Amino acid sequence: MAGQEQQQPQSRGTEVEEDVPAAPPAPAEGQASAATQGVDDLLDEIDGVLESNAEEFVRAFVQKGGQ
Amino acid sequence: MRVMGSETEYGIHAPTAPGANATMMSARVIQAYAQLTRQRAAGGAETRWDYTDEEPLHDARGWTLERGTADPEQLTDQPPVLDAEAVALAYGREELEHDGEDESGTLLMNMVLGNGARLYVDHAHPEYSSPEITNPRDAVAWDAAGDLVALAAVRRLAADPDLPPINLYKNNTDNKSVSYGSHENYLMPRSVPFGDIVRGLTPFFVTRQIICGSGRVGLAQDASRPGYQISQRADFFETEVGLETTIRRPIINTRDEPHATADKYRRLHVIIGDANLSQASNYLKFGTTAMVLSLIEAGLAPRLEVHEPVAALQAVSHDTSLTATLRLLDGRRIKALDLQWIYFEAAAKHAQDTGVADAVDGDGHTHAVLERWSATLTQLGSDRAAAASSVEWLAKLSLLDGYRERDGLEWGHARLGLVDLQWADIRPEKGLYYRLLARDRMQRIVDDAAIQRAVTEPPSDTRAYFRGRCVSRFGTDVVGASWDSVIFDVPGRGKLQRVPTREPLRGTEALTGALFARHREAGTFLSELLGLSPGS
Repeated sequence: MAGQEQQQPQSRGTEVEEDVPAAPPAPAEGQASAATQGVDDLLDEIDGVLESNAEEFVRAFVQKGGQ
Repeated sequence: MRVMGSETEYGIHAPTAPGANATMMSARVIQAYAQLTRQRAAGGAETRWDYTDEEPLHDARGWTLERGTADPEQLTDQPPVLDAEAVALAYGREELEHDGEDESGTLLMNMVLGNGARLYVDHAHPEYSSPEITNPRDAVAWDAAGDLVALAAVRRLAADPDLPPINLYKNNTDNKSVSYGSHENYLMPRSVPFGDIVRGLTPFFVTRQIICGSGRVGLAQDASRPGYQISQRADFFETEVGLETTIRRPIINTRDEPHATADKYRRLHVIIGDANLSQASNYLKFGTTAMVLSLIEAGLAPRLEVHEPVAALQAVSHDTSLTATLRLLDGRRIKALDLQWIYFEAAAKHAQDTGVADAVDGDGHTHAVLERWSATLTQLGSDRAAAASSVEWLAKLSLLDGYRERDGLEWGHARLGLVDLQWADIRPEKGLYYRLLARDRMQRIVDDAAIQRAVTEPPSDTRAYFRGRCVSRFGTDVVGASWDSVIFDVPGRGKLQRVPTREPLRGTEALTGALFARHREAGTFLSELLGLSPGS
């Protein structure tokens, strides 16, 4: 089983083509750009959430030892 | 599946009060939560910890460390000495305010909660130890409940104009050479030889991080080398087997403190895991480890030994491509992923043979753990983008990669360090894990309502039910509690009444629910429980 899983990247690609033979490239690109858009939105949101002055904030986070 | 529990030490930081004493801040967190529970439960739902059965120097290999040779940090069987006077001497009297003390003038360092958990100051961190649970779903719920407990304390402190706001982080390092733990506990029969546990678990623990590591920006204990690695903790481990948890950290910890009937049980204390926010990673951490322990108990653990496990642990953590191979003592070389598959195959076969994985007659959990375990390993091998919604180190990495690509950042850039740190901020509006969760980019194992319930409700199927109900029902009459005892001081009775709870699977709702339903007062409750005539 483990050995088979290792080879999946290639077989998976062909499976997708067989399952959806009529799929034109356009929707795939659309999905890709939608995904990129999602990441851009996410990063924009996180930009607004991140503490200001990253370097100082990270430097000041000093902990004492624990377990 | 098995009696288990989690422990989380939170990173603590007051951005507007740099240099504030960490133990003092941690005590404020506990104090803040005590004030909240006092409001919720009229009688006061906080209870002191009973240290009677703590045995931190007992070694599972069969000996006890001499007190004099122990590191002071190992002496966890005595309350931390931090009374008001000591704090005043060390930090100036103005640090103290009346609210920060309980009736006896001592800062509250230790609470037992109505959900059966323990909330206390451990070294220089607030720590939440979950109640005992029996399956990985409940482990996720009651561990995440701890994050809500911590959040409630943070909110209360933030609302106090006289105190600096305190942030808590569910992570394991400050990236400046300090690490603090997130531990797991598993109940095992004492009859299993400890050597079998070491042999069976070590290869599993060296590689388990690929399904439940939390990810870390920076390599080496002090993060002096730029890069990204799978585990928060790996670089802090220095030995294979040992008693310590704060120095010379071992892959297998031998602390033998069963908190239960000692000739029947051992409590395996696991210190190698990362704190998980990802529910799926947390679920697999507990579920797979519980199954591997069953394999070891049955004498069926895969027979292989990793060459130099500590170095291998770190090599696996540093290999985010999952392509490196580990050397086994028999000369074979194997990828971490394939080693996990070997454990999966053995666990799946054992579960099949014993029937616990049966969809109808099984234990109701093993089947789901196996499905998720194999799906995750498959994704790690062939579809990492899909795994990013469940495997925490990949979720964090995909966010970091987004920043790296958009802003052209190198691994040493401070913003990436901030993303790593803020990933673990427990406030939903600031914590980056929670931002991803809100966008459904992270999978849920339990819903928000179940986690909220777990903040106040104990699990029904372990002794935590008895402990939690005693605290929330009879809070004013309970003067102490621990994993294996609840101590009552009932008015009119001459002496304290210590109820031992040394069997983790007793004290359940099934066994004691009706008793709690019959009694509103601790006095009659105890009389029936202990077979005493009322008033005796």
